[in-house]
Amino acid sequence: MNFASLNAAAARAEIFLAVAACAILLLGVYGDQARRAARCYGLSLVALVIAALLNGLDFSAANGSAFNHMFIADPMAKLLKIAICVLSAAAFVYGRQYNRHRGIFESEYYVLGLFAVTGMLVMASANHLLTLYLGLELMSLCLYAMIAYYRDDRLATEAAMKYFVLGALASSMLLYGMSLLYGFTGSLQLSVISSVLTADAATAAQPQAAIALAVVFIVVALAFKLGVAPFHMWVPDVYHGAPTSTTAFLSAAPKIAAFAITMRLIVGGLNALPDIWQQMLILLALLSVAIGNIIAIAQRNLKRMLAYSTVAHMGFFLFGIASGNAPGYSAALFYVLIYALMGLGAFGVILMLARPEYEADQLADLKGLSKRNPWLAFLLLLLMLSMAGLPPTVGFFAKLAVIHALVQSGLLWVAVLAVLLAVIGAFYYLRVIKLVYFDQPPSADPATAAQTTTTITEGDIAVSPAAILLLSCNVLAIIALLPWIHYLIAICNEVIRRFAV
Amino acid sequence: MQAHLLSLLIWLPILGGVLLLGIGDCAGKSAGRRLATVRRLVTVRRLALGFALAVFVLSVPLYTQFDTHTAAMQFGEHHIWVRAFNIHYSLGVDGISMPLILLTTLLTVLVVIAGWKVIRARVAQYMAAFLIMEGLMIGVFAALDAVLFYVFWEAMLIPMFFIIGVWGGPNRIYAAIKFFLYTLLGSLLMLVALLYLYHLSGGSFRILDYHQMQLALTPQVWVFLAFFAAFAVKVPMFPVHTWLPDAHVEAPTGGSVILAAVMLKMGGYGFIRFNLPITPDASQELAWMMIGLSLIAVVYIALVALAQRDMKKLIAYSSISHMGFVTLGLFVFNPYGLEGALLQMISHGLISAALFLCVGVLYDRMHSRMLETYGGLATPMPVFATFMVLFAMANCGLPGTSGFVGEFLVILGAFQANAWFAAVAALTLIFGAAYTLWMVKRVIYGKVASPQVAALADVEPREIVVLAVLAALVLLVGVWPNPLLEVMHASTDNLLQHIAVSKLP
Repeated sequence: MNFASLNAAAARAEIFLAVAACAILLLGVYGDQARRAARCYGLSLVALVIAALLNGLDFSAANGSAFNHMFIADPMAKLLKIAICVLSAAAFVYGRQYNRHRGIFESEYYVLGLFAVTGMLVMASANHLLTLYLGLELMSLCLYAMIAYYRDDRLATEAAMKYFVLGALASSMLLYGMSLLYGFTGSLQLSVISSVLTADAATAAQPQAAIALAVVFIVVALAFKLGVAPFHMWVPDVYHGAPTSTTAFLSAAPKIAAFAITMRLIVGGLNALPDIWQQMLILLALLSVAIGNIIAIAQRNLKRMLAYSTVAHMGFFLFGIASGNAPGYSAALFYVLIYALMGLGAFGVILMLARPEYEADQLADLKGLSKRNPWLAFLLLLLMLSMAGLPPTVGFFAKLAVIHALVQSGLLWVAVLAVLLAVIGAFYYLRVIKLVYFDQPPSADPATAAQTTTTITEGDIAVSPAAILLLSCNVLAIIALLPWIHYLIAICNEVIRRFAV
Repeated sequence: MQAHLLSLLIWLPILGGVLLLGIGDCAGKSAGRRLATVRRLVTVRRLALGFALAVFVLSVPLYTQFDTHTAAMQFGEHHIWVRAFNIHYSLGVDGISMPLILLTTLLTVLVVIAGWKVIRARVAQYMAAFLIMEGLMIGVFAALDAVLFYVFWEAMLIPMFFIIGVWGGPNRIYAAIKFFLYTLLGSLLMLVALLYLYHLSGGSFRILDYHQMQLALTPQVWVFLAFFAAFAVKVPMFPVHTWLPDAHVEAPTGGSVILAAVMLKMGGYGFIRFNLPITPDASQELAWMMIGLSLIAVVYIALVALAQRDMKKLIAYSSISHMGFVTLGLFVFNPYGLEGALLQMISHGLISAALFLCVGVLYDRMHSRMLETYGGLATPMPVFATFMVLFAMANCGLPGTSGFVGEFLVILGAFQANAWFAAVAALTLIFGAAYTLWMVKRVIYGKVASPQVAALADVEPREIVVLAVLAALVLLVGVWPNPLLEVMHASTDNLLQHIAVSKLP
């Protein structure tokens, strides 16, 4: 085998990003603290943008593969990679000021982020169980470190520890499931696994119960990684405990990567066995939407509330996969892209509100925000409406697509349950709007004025205008995309149609 | 012009609302900026009135150029919106929706005038909310695509949520969230039904396609019930009416007016546009339920109204009772019932709006809605008393007012179906007269209740304009309903023929 047959050019984005991350790590050693941080920040953004551009926007190009079919470059991978790079770059921009005020060692932080993104890109293109595992672990290890970045903070350390232990458990389950799968099919390559299983299913050559065991392990591991109930316990702790800049990073791109491995493993590898995984996924999804939405109501911390909301959203996205047809996969893809946009926006707003010594992560901190900062209040309004799935926002179309897929595959009762649970979810989103628009600012209350006025007075520290501008574009896209929404849906459909099995 | 008239009516007020939001309220907090803020306030109010008037004037051609000989959709406009789901931006009106659009545009003008001096906090946002809501409500009546309808239908909740939550009374947050969640629950079930119909129809969201579709009885019943969940909440029908008194009591006057006059009509409109033509067999099958619930609303809720001490609550319950006539008229399946129901929708829109405005006039002066606060208003406020008595009479269904025509036609239709229905429904003429006259007696007549009441100033020209326009229309429709009936005739005929044909495969 010569080097040319590896076709490494198909993986140019990953290779570039890995090299760039190493280079930035070296460059981050020179100069004083502030200059180093600014340099690493700027270069990381440039690297992410170049990595996104390297994928190109041509979704009709033929599928390529590299490294002996361990790695494929199909339109889905391309779309997901662009989204991962762009959203991660936006997360860096939103978190920059927060990091600076908290004296986080920024140069290493961004490099860790870049390596995590590299892992996610590998996940998006994985066509082999080992590639998939490699990408997953690369991402996870970087995220553990990013979560524990406040090493003196009790909550952050606990969150990182929890995530690490549970993540390791999930990884071991994944490996166990993979090893069983290898035993049954004799291959680690997903396309081969798929064809062997299809042939077996036709001749009933393998005992179904044994294969089901492998599928259970894989689905449980994925459920851990996705953070769907009942394997969601780490999500609120991690979202709450991590520095908000990391939470913002976590809420966007890793969700897209999680979608990628779910698609590759379940739909790409196990497509012959929908009877086994479909019911599991429906149950997981229903539990997630129920538990996420109901427990979110009881939260007082905004980050925790959004964490439970993420659990519910991941459940909704799983409905798309569970419906087991092309419109369902397309709906799931659309949903996860829209969700990443919304989740990132929501944490972006929290980051913009945060000040040194003030996290702005309690729900009560939002009281009367419309009077203190009308623009951020308006952005938060749009985000909450979109997360609740109300028209006229793209969040509505994301839910519409998923429910449509459920109805189309005959899962009418699941669809009805899903919308009923969505009504429960609407309550806590409305409560945020109520706090922001209907309540008076807390400084009017003399009892709390002493604690808060010093920290939340506007104007003491100017928020970076570039970050506000980017955040505004991000959030306004939720409503401004509407007239052109069909392009996005058409791209999702096309990408799923050409999804390489 | 005619081809884009409906689009213009939808988007002009929304544009106006966004513009007002952009202008904002406050030019700054320092003393020097005080004047600028006041000036801005004046601009905002004038602009809001300008937009509302412009939309009203633009909506008049809908009536004057309307072809009364056809039941087909007019002023149509069709573009593809989301190709993947075959969703169209598709608009059009027939004789059923057109009068409701005119009602919306007219009442928005009146609401803007009514809020002119009364609203002092966040004026730009207040006016913007009403203008945006106007556009969305017109969208609901004009949409011919199910998803487009749903988008307008849901989006409309958002400004109303703000109107109740920001400018409402002490318990406004409870009322706003209750209003929102009740309506959302019903609407989402409708969404599932729409997606189910989309699936059965082989990929169409056009409402008119659903009208032609064959459907077995069991799915028809489920689809009927899903639509019922959405529209019964909106009407509101007994027993899902409990959000309405809360919302009405807490909402500011303008919010109550739009809620009672237009939003409740959307429930009735939904039954006419979706339930009756899409699931005619299920409608016949479940007519007993609809008629039963309507009669309970008509009689029981009227009795509840009798027990109220809060004027707004009283009018709210009276609204539920009157809307019972609408649903009753729809499900007796004859021309009298249907046309009566439509006329009752328009008439109730005018009368309830007027009554809420009357309560608003009093509330602005005394900051109380309790009956016992008032008494003998005829002495200090003779002009107001005249208007209030007129609208109260219309609310009891006195001949010569619009209230009479609608209720009479519905009772006539109910009589054709079953004399007992008519007998029970006619009871409301007694109860309605009882609670309305009792309210009038306690508020307008009798001894002057207190020195504060004796010192009240009569209605000012701004308020007279609003009340006089409504009074004129109430009398006009009462004496000469033909212009309205003529417009509706072709559409109602067509609808009744359509319902008579079974859609069972």
